[in-house]
Amino acid sequence: MTTTAEKTVVAKPPKKRKERDFRIQSKYAPYARFGKYAALLLFLVFFLMPIYALIVTSLKDPSEVSVQRVWELPSTWSFASFEAVWPKLQDGLFNSVMLAVPASIISALLGAANGFVLSKWRFPGADFVFPLILFGMFIPYQSVLIPMTETMSFLGLKGGLDGLILVHIIYGLPLTTLIFRSYFSGISDEIIEAAEVDGAGMLRTFFHVALPVAPPAFAVAIIWQFTSAWNDFLFGAVLTTNKSYWPVTIALNNIAGGQSIPFNEAMASALIACLPTLLVYVLLGRFFMRGLMAGALKG
Amino acid sequence: MGLRRRGFVALAMAAALAALPACSKDANDGGGGDNSKVEVFSWWTGPGEEDGLAAMIADFQTKNPDIEFVNAAVSGGAGSNAKAILQTRLKDGDAPDSYQRHAGLELQDDIRNGWVSDITSLYDSEGWRDVFPAELLNYLTIDGKLYAVPVNIHRSNLMWFNPKTLKDLGVDEKVPASWSDFLTVAEKIKAKGKTPLAIGPGWTQKHLLENVLLGELGKAGYDGLWNGTTDWTGSEVTEALGVFAKVLEYSDIKAPSADWQPMMDKVVSGDAAFAVMGDWADAYLKGDKGLTVDTDYAVAASPGTDNIFNFLSDSFTLPAQAKNKTAAEAWLKEAGSKSGQDAFNPKKGSVPARTDADPALYTGYLKWGLEQWQGTKDGSIQIVGSLAHGVVANNAWNAEIDTALGLFIEDGDVAKFAATVKQKYEETK
Amino acid sequence: MRRFRRWGPALLLVTPSLLLIGVFVYGFAGWNAKVSTSTSRGYQITDDSVGLDNYQNLLKDERFNMDVRNVLIFTAVFVLGALVTGLVLAMLLDRGVRFESFFRSSFIFPMALSLIAVGIIWRWLLQNGEPAGGLNKLFDDVGLGFLAGDWYNSDSSWAIASIALPAGWALSGYIMALFLAGIRGVPEELREAARVDGANEPRVFWHVVRPMLWPVVMSALVILAHISLKTFDLLLAIVPKGDLALDTPAMYMWFTTFDGGFYGRGATIATLLLAGIAVVIVPYIWYSVRSERRK
Repeated sequence: MTTTAEKTVVAKPPKKRKERDFRIQSKYAPYARFGKYAALLLFLVFFLMPIYALIVTSLKDPSEVSVQRVWELPSTWSFASFEAVWPKLQDGLFNSVMLAVPASIISALLGAANGFVLSKWRFPGADFVFPLILFGMFIPYQSVLIPMTETMSFLGLKGGLDGLILVHIIYGLPLTTLIFRSYFSGISDEIIEAAEVDGAGMLRTFFHVALPVAPPAFAVAIIWQFTSAWNDFLFGAVLTTNKSYWPVTIALNNIAGGQSIPFNEAMASALIACLPTLLVYVLLGRFFMRGLMAGALKG
Repeated sequence: MGLRRRGFVALAMAAALAALPACSKDANDGGGGDNSKVEVFSWWTGPGEEDGLAAMIADFQTKNPDIEFVNAAVSGGAGSNAKAILQTRLKDGDAPDSYQRHAGLELQDDIRNGWVSDITSLYDSEGWRDVFPAELLNYLTIDGKLYAVPVNIHRSNLMWFNPKTLKDLGVDEKVPASWSDFLTVAEKIKAKGKTPLAIGPGWTQKHLLENVLLGELGKAGYDGLWNGTTDWTGSEVTEALGVFAKVLEYSDIKAPSADWQPMMDKVVSGDAAFAVMGDWADAYLKGDKGLTVDTDYAVAASPGTDNIFNFLSDSFTLPAQAKNKTAAEAWLKEAGSKSGQDAFNPKKGSVPARTDADPALYTGYLKWGLEQWQGTKDGSIQIVGSLAHGVVANNAWNAEIDTALGLFIEDGDVAKFAATVKQKYEETK
Repeated sequence: MRRFRRWGPALLLVTPSLLLIGVFVYGFAGWNAKVSTSTSRGYQITDDSVGLDNYQNLLKDERFNMDVRNVLIFTAVFVLGALVTGLVLAMLLDRGVRFESFFRSSFIFPMALSLIAVGIIWRWLLQNGEPAGGLNKLFDDVGLGFLAGDWYNSDSSWAIASIALPAGWALSGYIMALFLAGIRGVPEELREAARVDGANEPRVFWHVVRPMLWPVVMSALVILAHISLKTFDLLLAIVPKGDLALDTPAMYMWFTTFDGGFYGRGATIATLLLAGIAVVIVPYIWYSVRSERRK
């Protein structure tokens, strides 16, 4: 489910709405208002509950951990659970960084080029090619798994991270292409034409006119690609055969996938594995949102 | 501004390219195969087994001071995760110098794909034919050849209970003599509101299945299930499967434990009366839980299988593409040696495959376990091989039996289950 | 020639990407389809051809039939659940809520988490058994004990539906964001015109906003349905291995291929999965691209 960013289009933040209000105030309005906040709070509990359990359990002293007492606050705080799982996850974290950073940046760069060409410098057949690229975004990875393992093993790209980076770049292309194509569509054609009149070729226009205005699209594309490469399981599971190259999701599944490890250690390892993407979300959430908020509405 | 942004892009690109080579794997980590090291793949990373491996490595290093031991152990419950990883390494020609497999037909795919070498000659040169029970070697021989050295022996057909629980429930503090006796006892236990038999995920159900079949059919009938001489759809097997279905009704299959450890916990805590599990449970109960055998828990052969030893064995192989073959052979000799097996097994909680082990090293459950295994030498104890742990069925048939059993758990259709297993045997031979 | 000079470099620039996508998406999918017409067992691809035998066997395969049924139940519950939750959340947040961005962030963040982690968390929260733990315990504590259930351990053939809870937890926020953008995309003038005509807020929503949300509903449906068909990580992390009551084609594909070495059968399941997703996705892409061109 790494392709949840489908149809993500970069858009300008929503316009400020007019403040003047013609709404008819019913006498039931205060109740409706109360009901609305009550419902929102209820949903908030539902969405935050697992995270509460995650954090509280991994910070409890192992002796007071049980599924029955999952909702109780710790009586003493302890980092014992983290200490227990950290050695098993640290390599995975490192590998995931080494994997997700280049995979997202390169995929975004290639996507920028594709997006630019497909929106501003169309070649004959571009309209035919774009939907074909787009379909790659939705393909179930299962349907390429067997040929991919054969090919990567033939190419000697299996086992380490390099092959994994390559496939993340490739399967990320449809999404990054879409993001940049939508973004560059928003640039007025006149700027491009002006550059052409000045004698700039396609490459110069791309590098000197398009790329300098593209950082917001880069932010969106890189964040989405980083998140999906970080969270991927399937490719990592078939392409890394040596545990010293496991991405963190594989390491996580390996140590916490059975129930032979204690509840607190399972929660601590899940928390560690999630922290980087959570951090990206909290710090760069507005780009995350910007990609999301405008989503799926171009049709 | 424009410049800064272009700088950002250039920087990003440079960073990305710089990162790439850093994560390439070392394809030639084998050092060109000069036998100065030996890379051994196993799934021994848990408590006990990790210590056992370390002890055997130490023994190996005293005998082979010039060979560096590279421990390529991968964790994962009973090797299931490790197995998938190994499969791809072998397929890619990136084989370790030696790898762990369950002895028996689990190796069949490796042999057919040409991934492992015949090591029959090692058996002759090391005199192993005299120290391993002949019947064990029958199970290890595939198409007339031997491909693996068994380090240890685990026993599958064991039933565990907490004597105190049984006493409180007012039933005899022993394992029932047969599965029909078990059903009688189970009815009493159920009437008192306890779970008669704890069960876990799919493989523990298969583990139970093999031992019910063994208890009902005896050695000859059980052996025949795996080579086509016992008819799965015959009346005897149908009856035995009917007993299995009834046994399941007395288990907590509706809310099974997520793994075998919590399943054993239920027996210890008294929530459940019995559990069928292999002898690795002893290491867990003794080591992790700090319990004492015969007081906090007790164990005996599962119903109807006294004097039968349903074995599984961890063994090591010589991959066809091993880079350091001489070093690998040194490791295999270690794995088959008396000192190696006596270093490994007391810590792992299993018994040596060799029958000349030093009995003084084995205490608690292992003392009895070793006596039982050594009894196979003179034939007073008979050997059969485990289904759930790869001895008697190849991977393909085993996977198909998993599916058939999963469906059987859902619908309880004995006839269909038997017919499917029989048909799949033919298809996957 | 002059035309080539204009678009030639552009074509060169995108060619590597196009080739890579061509090989890795279409080439591999085609190769996979070819494997599905061969025996291919024992972890090897064989070159023989058995026609559609693997497909016919799969249609008769009881496990596969159960898997299809399971994934349809899961899809129905998950898609409907996430769609309704997303819509309700969007309507709640639409007009003037304090701390809107806090609420919004809290509803969306699960999307950023790995589904393996999500699965691990929920596998513990959705435990059954006595004494009650996890979610059941929470229900007990707040006096809603009747809501407690056996979840994925349920004996019911609908046990798979319980997986929709973690899946919905992870993705409802995304659907909310889609709806929110859709609702806010409705021109304010239209709403105000309706208000001036004396319509109250629910009527404004029903008559002005709702008709304009159909494209969002379609997008959300398609996105959710295709995700649900290929869900794997989440199930792998939650489902006890071997429990066929919670099996789906994506799971069967994985285990038969990599546990049993049945490459041919695995490729067949994967091809059917691709076909199922293409049925949903191709019309969607076709529609999106066509309506874009009309503009």
